[in-house]
Amino acid sequence: MANSNIVLHVADVHKRFGGLHALADIDLQVEEGKTHAIIGPNGAGKSTLLNVIIGKLAPSSGQVVFDGAVLTGRKPYQINQLGIARVFQTPEIFSDLSVLHNVMIPAFAKRDGTFTLNMLRALDSETTIREEAEHMLEDVGMLNRRDMQAGSLSRGDKRRMELAMCLIQHPRLLLLDEPTAGMSRHDTNTTIELLQKIKSRGMTKVIIEHDMHVVFSLADKISVLAQGRIIADGSPDEVRGNPKVQEAYLGGAH
Amino acid sequence: MFEVIFLQFLNGLDKGAAYALIALGLTLVFGTLGVVNFAHGALFMLGAFCAVMFRQFLTLETVTIDPTQTSPWGAPLEIRTPLVQAWFGDFGAVLVNYSVPFSILITIPIMLLVGIALERGIIKHFYKRPHAEQILVTFGLAIVAQEVIKSIFGPNPIPQPMPTDLRGAADIGSWIGFQANVITYPLWRLIYFLFSVIIIGGVFAFLQFTTFGMVVRAGMADRETVGLLGINIDRRFTIMFGLAAVVAGMAGVMYTPLLPPNYHLGMDFLVLSFVVVVVGGMGSLPGAVAAGFLLGILQSFASMTQIKAIVPGIDQIIIYLVAVVILLVRPRGLMGRRGVMEN
Amino acid sequence: MTNFMSRNDLLLLVGFTAVVLTMPIWLTPFGAGYPDLLQRFMIFGIFAVGFNILFGLTGYLSFGHAAFFGVGSYAAVWSFKLLTLDAIPAMIFAVLISGLFALIIGFLSLRRSGIYFSILTLAFAQMSYNLAYSVLTPITNGETGLQLTLSDPRVLDAAIGQSFVGQPVPTLLGQQLGGYAGFYFCAGFLILSFFFAQRVAGSPFGMMLKSIKSNQTRMQFTGFNTRPYALSAFVISGMYAGLAGALLAVTDPLAGAERMQWTASGEVVLMTILGGVGTLVGPVIGAWIIKYFENILSALNDNILTQFWSFLPEGFAEIVVKVTSKFVGDGWHLTLGLVFVIIVIFLPGGIMEGVRRIAAVARRSGPPGAKSHQHQPAE
Repeated sequence: MANSNIVLHVADVHKRFGGLHALADIDLQVEEGKTHAIIGPNGAGKSTLLNVIIGKLAPSSGQVVFDGAVLTGRKPYQINQLGIARVFQTPEIFSDLSVLHNVMIPAFAKRDGTFTLNMLRALDSETTIREEAEHMLEDVGMLNRRDMQAGSLSRGDKRRMELAMCLIQHPRLLLLDEPTAGMSRHDTNTTIELLQKIKSRGMTKVIIEHDMHVVFSLADKISVLAQGRIIADGSPDEVRGNPKVQEAYLGGAH
Repeated sequence: MFEVIFLQFLNGLDKGAAYALIALGLTLVFGTLGVVNFAHGALFMLGAFCAVMFRQFLTLETVTIDPTQTSPWGAPLEIRTPLVQAWFGDFGAVLVNYSVPFSILITIPIMLLVGIALERGIIKHFYKRPHAEQILVTFGLAIVAQEVIKSIFGPNPIPQPMPTDLRGAADIGSWIGFQANVITYPLWRLIYFLFSVIIIGGVFAFLQFTTFGMVVRAGMADRETVGLLGINIDRRFTIMFGLAAVVAGMAGVMYTPLLPPNYHLGMDFLVLSFVVVVVGGMGSLPGAVAAGFLLGILQSFASMTQIKAIVPGIDQIIIYLVAVVILLVRPRGLMGRRGVMEN
Repeated sequence: MTNFMSRNDLLLLVGFTAVVLTMPIWLTPFGAGYPDLLQRFMIFGIFAVGFNILFGLTGYLSFGHAAFFGVGSYAAVWSFKLLTLDAIPAMIFAVLISGLFALIIGFLSLRRSGIYFSILTLAFAQMSYNLAYSVLTPITNGETGLQLTLSDPRVLDAAIGQSFVGQPVPTLLGQQLGGYAGFYFCAGFLILSFFFAQRVAGSPFGMMLKSIKSNQTRMQFTGFNTRPYALSAFVISGMYAGLAGALLAVTDPLAGAERMQWTASGEVVLMTILGGVGTLVGPVIGAWIIKYFENILSALNDNILTQFWSFLPEGFAEIVVKVTSKFVGDGWHLTLGLVFVIIVIFLPGGIMEGVRRIAAVARRSGPPGAKSHQHQPAE
């Protein structure tokens, strides 16, 4: 059965804000190793859904299960320790620190857990973690910027660095919230290339996006969200051909 | 028993009124400008010294020597006449007697100028800087203000007499059906309370019923949106800072007969007022007022001997204790909004 | 060795040690080469270094650190009274007690952040201060302050049959800790404190503290529980404050409640900002400058000023004396306030940022060969 390799299951989730039904009856199954895109027009509830998955918002009913563990009610750091990493819509990075340190920090979290009082070791003696981070930076093509202050990077570079911060943890599930929002065409293309490159690593990805170009170049499966409901679900070709989707979403674009 | 409780309640009102007035100004500044103003207590202190200055000016004297009379030890008698009295006669005498309330007239323009100068000169540049830096620069300004006052007026408190007609006590008990002289309350404290009610009411009415106030309230709710509407919010915020300074100054003026002002008066009240603002909820005007009175009254009850016998030392820590409990149990204070000042 | 400490760190530590130990020599021309003031330089240096571990690294602004300083003083004096006049048990006792106290206050205060955290620490410190003055008089001796007396039990001293003649004074292995001995005792602790702060800042733990200051959200989504990190920093800096308080009790065995007042907490904030938040050396320099000017400026009076300005024309000199006299003596706080405001407005990074800026300007105007170094490493 296909059920056996479902890694993330959003089960019958509803979310109400006062009178507003932001999410209604969402049932989403993400298969291991696949890239699952959630698309939809503005205000469809995409960000709300992501926040419910990551535990930032509690669903009004229903639950989110990751590999047998219920995510609802857990703190962000606990969710991360289960193997979920997240890329934000506006990059959340350590602007005051160097690029190298930005990428080393998540590696420490992976190795040492949520808290370690390792204050008598010198940072310089952590060669394994540094090499790992340098390797990661090379992968995303940023090794030459390793000593720059992260806050002074371009938007595209910040995004790539944030991605490196997630990837160095080898998460089982990577959540991407509009990874190309506000980027130039060039930066968008390099980001797509990068995401395609890591696709081969067998990591499961959930990606929220409204740039069709990005979605169709990456996704194995697409769910279309409109007015808080999933109106279509399937492979990119199926979704592209679905008249309901064309009406609700693509219709406006073509 | 009821009399005792009612009396303690009354005793907390004037201090509570002072807390409420300072906290109101702090909240106005914080809510509109988004600035944490550690110099606000200094504005209260400057107001109080406006009264001192006014009285010192009124009591400038001319000394004339009357050769026809001699003092008990044989020297010619010196007759000291306040200039004001020499110029205006009886009206001058009234002016001296009522110097505290009259000094409000000079306090308003002075504090308005001080407030606007501070905002335009320094505070303005800190809107976008971290809260820690706002705290630090205003803390430095508060030190400067109190040291300037110290070098002009000296380190000792300067008592300000209240007008002779207002020195007695009001027999509040007899007004509400108790026996005479059971519940009496100093008249000036009653006046201070009524004065604070008028000021607070005035500020709320101003915010509620004027266009200016409407924009400011909108700005407090969501600064960015109002900015997007193309309303020149900056000038209004300057005036807002001036207004807050005036409120703090007037609160200081009227408080002088209750507590002789000295240079560190502002710091003493500042710490407490910050606690008040936080207890009320950062950015909530009704919260600030309610918390001001609440803490003033609680402090009054905590200093009752019966209470101190049960919990020793409670009068020393009650305000801080309440602040700690409220912050830990209700992180945003009594009426605070989510997400204000948490980073 | 490279694993233990980087070359630059080692150089800094050696330089710092040399500067501190030779202070009695090079501060004499500045009129500050006497033990009493030198001890204070050391003590407040330690206080500021510790405060910076919390404020400089994690960004949490505590307005109540004087409470730990005061608790350290009381604990040390009690150790002198009850156990022994030897300083070492007193130091250990003081650091442990203030650490425990910081653990409790930090645990509660760190449930909130931003200004709520500042107000919580302020409220706890003010409660401690008010209680020390009133209900806790049996422990603190109220307004008089806690002092050593001849009739103190001092059980350890009594057990080894040691007794003293005259006023009891703290000792180190039988040596009295007054004067320069006291200075070198404090200096040893300052150097140790500096070394430890260096290790903390240069460790993975220190990097986590800096990341908390930089972006808590990312920190949490990266899998770190930020609260124990912040709490550790809080406790460490509380222990530093306790150590400093204990040293003050060693050099002058009298503990008073005014050490815990919020103005004292404000002073350590001023020191840290003035020197440079987040730098290692800055807070120490800030502490030295404030303590130096407190001593020098507050000792100036009109006579000295008149002499100083005597080269000016007569009438003019009087005016200048009158104006400058407002800024010295009792008025030195005015100078402090003004300098502080100017620093926050124009140089938020403190003196250390000023030094960096001057160095950058000097490099730019230097020989062209030096120029290439200031660019980011090339591709």
